Amino acid sequence: MLELIRQPWPWYTSGIVIAFVMVLLLFFGKSFGFSANLRTICSACGAGKTVKFFDFDWRSQSWNLLFLVGAVIGGFISAEFLSNGEAVQISQATIQDLQQLGISSPDGIQPEEIFGLSAAFTLKGFLILLLGGFSIGFGARYAGGCTSGHAISGLSNLQLPSLIAVVGFFIGGLLTTYVLLPLIF
Amino acid sequence: MKSIKFIIAGILFGIVMSKSEAISWFRIQEMFRFQDFHMYGIIGTAVVLGTIATFVIKKYKLRDFQGNPIVFTPKEMSIPRYIIGGTIFGLGWALTGACPGPMFVNVGYSYWAIFIAIGGALAGTYLYGAIKDRLPH
Repeated sequence: MLELIRQPWPWYTSGIVIAFVMVLLLFFGKSFGFSANLRTICSACGAGKTVKFFDFDWRSQSWNLLFLVGAVIGGFISAEFLSNGEAVQISQATIQDLQQLGISSPDGIQPEEIFGLSAAFTLKGFLILLLGGFSIGFGARYAGGCTSGHAISGLSNLQLPSLIAVVGFFIGGLLTTYVLLPLIF
Repeated sequence: MKSIKFIIAGILFGIVMSKSEAISWFRIQEMFRFQDFHMYGIIGTAVVLGTIATFVIKKYKLRDFQGNPIVFTPKEMSIPRYIIGGTIFGLGWALTGACPGPMFVNVGYSYWAIFIAIGGALAGTYLYGAIKDRLPH
């Protein structure tokens, strides 16, 4: 049994559990949307003193921060106890495409060329993560949600705005994949 | 118990995102290159089940565990807001291979470099808050 758990899980288990988590939060009287935490953290750090957007009672959102803490713990439990340490089994086509960019085939979950500490603390590596994170934070608030809020909660509620946002996610993602990455690597 | 239930929901989320490899930069690249069904399967299954659940909750006017009605707030209609905001988000998603949830799951996975991206995400959120009134919505 443990052996089975330690292998990567098929996509449908993940889809089922994500839907379950969304429904669970609805029954807790909340709604599933992760990126709101970024706004809450800004507010908790005192950003409300300088910018009105962060001037709200962030403690009312502390449930979502607890969810965030759980997500970190969940990652830790997976890494420590539920993993067989195998490389991500991505398709051969992707491996070949990435090799052309100079990114070696998976050895773990993340590429050394981006997430290895020696790569992350070169100027290029640092900027990739910093600017990548920056546009995620800026874009998520501008669009009013991220993958959880729009692609999962919003689409499940048949919201046209969420569909437009998801189209946007893909425009941006394809631009990075086919234009930015070949320029960077 | 009041707060621990949110931590448990988060743990469940963190484990399943890790175990289905949705926190992997490689999987996000594979998705944006349309070279495997994996990520589409994850999001697709979640949306199909989520749609059914949302429909059932609305149809039978189900209440939450505290007895309050479950309300869904419709998103305000706009095109520029979602297209521009979404595109900026997507640029970063493909670059770091992590959207906000997986970013934090990666912390648990001891990929410490992700803190740079988290710092960036907080700065990006702050900048949006500071200039939002000057942006087309």
